[in-house]
Amino acid sequence: MKKFIRQVIFFIVVVFLWELGSRLELWMPIILPSPSMVLEALIQGFGDKTLIYDLVASFKRLFIGLGISLVLGSLIGILLAKSKYADDTIGSLILALQSVPSIVWLPLAIMWFGMNEVSVIFVVVLGGTFVMTLNMRMGIKNVSPLYIQAAQTMGSKGIDLFIRVVFPASIPYVVTGARLAWAFAWRALMAGELLSTGPGLGYTLQYASDFGDMSLVIGVIVIIGVIGSVVDQFIFNRVEKSVTRRWGLES
Amino acid sequence: MFIEINHINKQFLNKENQPVDILKDINLLIDKGEFISILGPSGCGKSTLLNIVAGLTKATEGEIYVNDTKVTKPGKDRGMVFQQAALFPWLNVIENVTFPLKKEMSKKEAIETAKKYLQMVQLGKYTDHYPHELSGGMQQRVAIARALAMNPETLLMDEPFGALDEQTRSRLHTQLETIWTETKKTILFVTHSISESIKLSDRIIVMGTKPGIILQDIKVDIPRPREEHKQEMIELEDYIMSFLKKEIDKVVSEELAV
Repeated sequence: MKKFIRQVIFFIVVVFLWELGSRLELWMPIILPSPSMVLEALIQGFGDKTLIYDLVASFKRLFIGLGISLVLGSLIGILLAKSKYADDTIGSLILALQSVPSIVWLPLAIMWFGMNEVSVIFVVVLGGTFVMTLNMRMGIKNVSPLYIQAAQTMGSKGIDLFIRVVFPASIPYVVTGARLAWAFAWRALMAGELLSTGPGLGYTLQYASDFGDMSLVIGVIVIIGVIGSVVDQFIFNRVEKSVTRRWGLES
Repeated sequence: MFIEINHINKQFLNKENQPVDILKDINLLIDKGEFISILGPSGCGKSTLLNIVAGLTKATEGEIYVNDTKVTKPGKDRGMVFQQAALFPWLNVIENVTFPLKKEMSKKEAIETAKKYLQMVQLGKYTDHYPHELSGGMQQRVAIARALAMNPETLLMDEPFGALDEQTRSRLHTQLETIWTETKKTILFVTHSISESIKLSDRIIVMGTKPGIILQDIKVDIPRPREEHKQEMIELEDYIMSFLKKEIDKVVSEELAV
């Protein structure tokens, strides 16, 4: 609780100094508009529902893209963990691809799918899949042999062993993978939307920038940041903590 | 004979890819319902022997028959309890105990069976708890209930109380003895504690190390409950200690040499 109060006070002070600097005209509003101007832009944006359409459109792409990358990443991860041959070949490719920021695929995606949502979703999928793959692979490889032996003495083997023991035992890694996949996918989505068509948060950001509406630019950045940290802190962090506790991985 | 262990040899490859003898010519006959302790210093291969009986490890040579069936893989006729409870943390207590029962009975029957064995280990009230909410001793009792729930004829126990404190261990000894009397299981109990083996078993198989061989096969004739015969227990302990000491010294001097 003490930590929470400290954080609130910190943010109030930052916003206050920012507003003060603007009021004293230490910088021009076109360079950095004041918090009250940003707030006004946000109220207007939500008032005429453009930001709401943007949010809905962005989240739709995110859910489709992230959903595909979680399923695809898990399946490839399982394949890599189970097949040495696949691990040596596909595994090395995925390690290489993982170091490529997914937004660089956008020009290619636009050639393939056109200047539309599919291209953005494609970039989001690439953003989330590889990190999910690598975590799933690690999770399965790190399942305690003791669990497997115990299950074997209880007559479990093959698919049954995988579904009832190996996969659930790797859940902590799956959660970490999903958390990172979400973070990468969210960044990829915003980058993709900036360079693509609307509606969408990234598109509105670009649009506002083109028209010199700096208040809206900052307003959208604030929305992106708030959503990013809320999902990370309030959803993934909590799930990760409870999984870590229950799986007995607390140090 | 209920369990026949015939000429078991086991070799591992060391870092230089040289074969090292872990077990050498192990022969053992066990009657149905016997409580057998396998006693030896660390590194004598007693856990490896138990794993071979469980079907988790393959012997290099030799064969094992349980109830006239050759052991080739793990099976529900041989329940195993490990040194760590090995409960599945994503399942609660009752789900852990019903784990081996899923395919052979209805859910309702499975839950009733599990409850019966949880009551036997005095954990009937903890069905909804998760493993991380239980103490080490309680977890180990759940593991025992889980192994018993499949109603195996043989119970293999690999230092099951080794990680527990003295009081808990002593209480679990009493509980295990009661369970054994009630269920008539054949128990193979691996331990490095002489007093534990004397307290519990009908026969003590004393193993030596490097390579693992059977040194002695001692029948324990002390009447149960054995707490009432302290003097005889101490005498037997001294007797076993006298020739186990040489083996322990061997391990210690080797560890010091490294």
